[in-house]
Amino acid sequence: MPQLGRRRRGERLEEAPAPEPPPRTRLIDPVEIPQGDPLESVLLSAGGPVEISSVEADSETITRLREAGVELVVPLIGQGELLGALYLSTRLSDQPYSSDDRRLLGSLASQVAPAMKVAQLVREQQVEAKERERIDQELRVAALIQQTLLPKELPAIKGWGVDAFYRPARAVGGDFYDFIELGGGKLGVIIGDVTDKGVPAALVMATCRSMLRSAAQGHDSPAVVLAEVNENLVPQIPPSMFVTCLYAIVDTAVGEVVFANAGHNLPYVRTSSGVIELRATGMPLGLMAGMDYEEKTHRLEHGDVMVLTSDGITEAHNPEREMYGFARLMGQVAKKTKGDDLVASLVGDLEKWSGPGAEQEDDITLVVVRRTASAERSAAAFGDHPEEKRLVSFRLPSVEGNERLAIDTVVEAVAPLGLSQTRLERLKTAVGETVMNAIEHGNHNDPALDVGVEVSTTVSSLTIRVSDQGGGTEMPDAETPDIEAKLAGEQTPRGWGLFLVAEMVDEVRRSTDNGAHVVELVINREGDI
Amino acid sequence: MPGEEFTARVTRKGSGSAIVLAGTVDKNAKELIDTAYEEASRGGGEVILDFNDVDYINSTGIAVIVGILAMARAQGQEVGAIGLTDHYREVFRITRLSDFMHIYEESPSGS
Repeated sequence: MPQLGRRRRGERLEEAPAPEPPPRTRLIDPVEIPQGDPLESVLLSAGGPVEISSVEADSETITRLREAGVELVVPLIGQGELLGALYLSTRLSDQPYSSDDRRLLGSLASQVAPAMKVAQLVREQQVEAKERERIDQELRVAALIQQTLLPKELPAIKGWGVDAFYRPARAVGGDFYDFIELGGGKLGVIIGDVTDKGVPAALVMATCRSMLRSAAQGHDSPAVVLAEVNENLVPQIPPSMFVTCLYAIVDTAVGEVVFANAGHNLPYVRTSSGVIELRATGMPLGLMAGMDYEEKTHRLEHGDVMVLTSDGITEAHNPEREMYGFARLMGQVAKKTKGDDLVASLVGDLEKWSGPGAEQEDDITLVVVRRTASAERSAAAFGDHPEEKRLVSFRLPSVEGNERLAIDTVVEAVAPLGLSQTRLERLKTAVGETVMNAIEHGNHNDPALDVGVEVSTTVSSLTIRVSDQGGGTEMPDAETPDIEAKLAGEQTPRGWGLFLVAEMVDEVRRSTDNGAHVVELVINREGDI
Repeated sequence: MPGEEFTARVTRKGSGSAIVLAGTVDKNAKELIDTAYEEASRGGGEVILDFNDVDYINSTGIAVIVGILAMARAQGQEVGAIGLTDHYREVFRITRLSDFMHIYEESPSGS
């Protein structure tokens, strides 16, 4: 209890210790004034200390204060808001508080209130900062889990082009995709989406992915695989969470796709006569035990493209809050593109829809499986030699001219393959241009950032994988430069790199993967050039 | 080879001029090639880029050559190329540079 009385004249400061002085102070239990309590409006309108006995209003708070022996309540007001109050019981002298005392207390309160407001704000900010840090940490963990579990490499199957794109939202949803080599020229393709976001979604995704992998090795029926995973997932998944998932087995020898769907977006197939949906019904995984899944079969003809997507695409909004939707997605799939350009064109269209600088609402996942125009020996190529052999893997700082080092190292690594001079020269140009792009445009010539180069081979193809750390920006598409316009001075003479690369190799696969651009240059080793 | 200094030397060749290039043709070669072209084109006749001593041409080097061809077109100047390897001949064909300059298989006649 503040004691505001003055020391009397002549009183000595130091006196012989008194035997047992009576307690001079007494603590009043803190009594909170709830918002909307009648006392709050009394204090706000009083303009100074308030004598509790003179308060006409009644409330539980006022009764408790009276019972606690409070005589005077000094409101601490800042910007019209009651920030707190000082409670004073009777003076030690038992005298009533004088008008001087009240003025002094009023003045004290007016100085304390702003300081208290600042202290409150600082505390709120500290709490918020801690919360933000916790969320960021959680997001990092979630992103790491997903990053670790998504496929590091795309399957290389002769006669087939497989491409994938995954970009997490800031809050990291539970999207996933997977490829499983099943032997005999069969490839399992999975795309899924866990409800919820962050670490819980990432953990469910990890569990579900393991269950799918395990079930896929045991059964050759997608419907049975989904049913088994559902049974295993139901007892383990937190309530209100579930997983949508599509599982397809592609027989690369004949183009047959057997699939089952647990409530996921329908896949689209672009055929020579238009785009069709692959329909199969089934409940999402983890909701209810005892579910059956419909199984369907569809044959992909040469040139057909199957596109699997997550709802991060169809449910993306434009600035007018309109959804991207299935119709627009279908329209984009219908557009003729070359090779893996379908991924680039879909992502490009989605970005156009969302508008510049729009924050991505949900994870975006795309898987494209394309049966190329000539795939007669695909099963043999895939089934007999699924293994890839890595020839070399190295990193270079992003310094101009280092593309020549990359070329020399790659040439040395592929020497045992006995490539023809023509192929080797094309490879040199493609590697040089791709590494130069990674140094200049991906890593912006920052020597602290590395460019990674990995060379691997199967009996049928050679793959050079070049990665940079410039994932924040999209890679432009390769366009055929207009030399007439360049010679007429209407266009810059530059802009040949991507075009040259596309012309020098059999296939260019490009993806953006958690902060890294990855470009894969694929050269077929079969056939004479 | 990387690190070796790029050079562009102008010589008279028959009724025209040759720019003998040596080293790597990339964006760093632009100033020397442009200067050499200005000198060579003043002499009249065809200007031939001699690639016999060039070990590497990249996309920025292609852009330098496109720049030369743009200047030549504005001036009505003939430009040719000699000494290209099979690979760079393919690159010149793919980029359509060879549609705008004469690619000599061997030494141009008159040299």
